[in-house]
Amino acid sequence: MNADVIRPLGPIIIDIANITKDYVMGEEVVHALRGVSLQIHSNEYIAIMGPSGSGKSTLMNMLGCLDTPTSGHYEFNGRNVSAMNDDELAAIRNREIGFVFQTFNLLPRASSLRNVELPLIYAGVDPETREERAAQVLRDVGLGDRLDHKPNELSGGQRQRVAIARALVNDPSIILADEPTGNLDSKTGQEIMALFENLYQRGHTIILVTHEPYIARHARRTVHLRDGLIESDDGAVVRELESLALT
Amino acid sequence: MKRFVYEVSESWKIAVTQMRSNKTRSILTALGVIIGIVAVTLMGTAITGIQIGFDKSMAVFGDDVLYVEQWPWKQVDDWWNYRDRKKIKTEYAEPINRMIAAAPNSNLLEAVPTSSLIRSVKYGDSEVSNILIRGTVSDYIITSTFDFKEGRFFNELESRGGANVCVIGYDVADALFPSESPIDKSVLISGQPFKVIGVISRQGSFLGLFSLDAIVVMPLPVFQKYFSAKSESDILVKVKDKTKLAEARDELTGLMRRVRGLPPEKKDDFSINEQQALKSTLDPIKNSIAIAGLFVTGLSLFVGAIGIMNITFVSVKERTKEIGTRKALGARRRTILLQFLIESTALCLLGGFIGLTFAYLMCFGIGKTFPSFPIHFSFNLVMVSMIVSILTGLFSGFAPAWSASRLDPVTALRYE
Ligand SMILES: Nc1ncnc2c1ncn2[C@@H]1O[C@H](COP(=O)(O)OP(=O)(O)OP(=O)(O)O)[C@@H](O)[C@H]1O
Ligand SMILES: [Mg+2]
Repeated sequence: MNADVIRPLGPIIIDIANITKDYVMGEEVVHALRGVSLQIHSNEYIAIMGPSGSGKSTLMNMLGCLDTPTSGHYEFNGRNVSAMNDDELAAIRNREIGFVFQTFNLLPRASSLRNVELPLIYAGVDPETREERAAQVLRDVGLGDRLDHKPNELSGGQRQRVAIARALVNDPSIILADEPTGNLDSKTGQEIMALFENLYQRGHTIILVTHEPYIARHARRTVHLRDGLIESDDGAVVRELESLALT
Repeated sequence: MKRFVYEVSESWKIAVTQMRSNKTRSILTALGVIIGIVAVTLMGTAITGIQIGFDKSMAVFGDDVLYVEQWPWKQVDDWWNYRDRKKIKTEYAEPINRMIAAAPNSNLLEAVPTSSLIRSVKYGDSEVSNILIRGTVSDYIITSTFDFKEGRFFNELESRGGANVCVIGYDVADALFPSESPIDKSVLISGQPFKVIGVISRQGSFLGLFSLDAIVVMPLPVFQKYFSAKSESDILVKVKDKTKLAEARDELTGLMRRVRGLPPEKKDDFSINEQQALKSTLDPIKNSIAIAGLFVTGLSLFVGAIGIMNITFVSVKERTKEIGTRKALGARRRTILLQFLIESTALCLLGGFIGLTFAYLMCFGIGKTFPSFPIHFSFNLVMVSMIVSILTGLFSGFAPAWSASRLDPVTALRYE
């Protein structure tokens, strides 16, 4: 319904090939991902769907450089992630990726402003710039009047906005959101989705995981996972649409 | 570098917030360190106090005086070899002084004979017992370090002529003349009257064992007239240059051998003692007391450190999800390590600061109540205990901080 604007695809940001992830639990080995290949361009808005346990979160952690694959190849902006050490992964997460979690994961004792400043601290930004930028992003997500509120003084939707501001503050290449509306009622969920739509239109690249078809409908491309494999990917359709729009 | 500074200041803020929001827990945990720091600091002040008292006691002997005596100032295993030595006689002073005068480049200045024993001293109805009565010559003053509270030492004329005069120590004056000046009064020693011509100012005690102020000094001739039996004599020899103590000592050994008429094959039958030798005998004892004291009090600090370690582990566990979030936002391992190290260090510093304040107040109180108690609070001690607190914090925080920094981000984020 919102898919009226489709921005032209930019260069490839994420390129994974044949990614697998096994979890060893004692005797048993869980194959969370069994060989997933995916290309994600800048300016995409992707929903990842699938039944519970199909490997959505595992894939998101992999894309977000939080976890390393058991096998397979991963390139982020042309750089080989599979070969990176811990500190390099931390730097990628800090500068290139903005995480939005289902449970918000805000620091409970810190104000909105301080929460949003956090990635900037790890990026080595000086205090004044930090505060300025954090405040600006908070205003952008509509929380200009909640800078000094602690998370427990905010509503769920407002908390998720703070988390989104935090994900945006370092101007990442891509925003990863794992069930961002999972802990919100549907009305608040729609507000958050409107915010994502707005971000997309302002030039951000977004990947989100969801169970809800009406949430997924906001995205321009939908990838379905089942049992650790890609079941369907309508990326081809999107690309077709785009080439039609261009001609 | 800049990032490191921001991370440190951020970690400090977190540490302070953390302590504020867990006030009771922080104080209880810091209590271990508080007690440890109080114990270590008090022990430190006591050790410094003992050290100062020790040096003061040693100073009484003078670092430029050699003591010719029958016994050496150290533990001997073959005491029977010393027991049968001939007694030192006051008469040796004269030939020694003659030989010193005759030698052109002597390292020695002057030999002073002294002879002492213990007696009671009376004045009117008052009496003090266990007083060291010492006979010597007027030059005794050059081998000594004391000042006069009142009056003077006896002069050469009084010394040679054997006048019935004496100089009394602070304790004697205090006991016999609580409200009047002792000068020109006569005290009785073994029934003999001696006119007081001087009062020595307070010297304190020797290592806290006995008072250096329970003394009466009189000219040698009078001393020998009344007390010569059972008295112990030594020769004190002042050295010209205290940097050449070893040479002076060799020279004096030669002189004493000549005085005693010892043939070359015979061993010395006297001992030449000096402050330094006594120090080196007593130093190991003093040091082992210090080490034992610091070790025992250090244990209490160690217990405090374990408490901090424990609470830091709890803190890491409670905040696993936060650690995961921070890692997702770009915190590196060392950032997390630093954060928890700073938290434990902040706790220890808090404990150290409170402990130090307590220790200071206690020192102050002890100093007011028992002025003679050897205790000494110094700025160095403050620095040392602050450094000790920081080290304790780093020590106790390291294991939990390390485990936090190693957490896998995905596992940490999943932690409920
Ligand atoms: N740390 C782990 N140890 C063991 N198995 C794991 C671990 N993490 C995930 N798995 C397993 O991997 C599979 C995929 O899990 P994942 O969390 O990716 O599913 P999901 O698609 O996100 O499901 P949901 O919609 O319920 O969030 C599941 O079978 C899960 O049990
Ligand atoms: Mg999931």
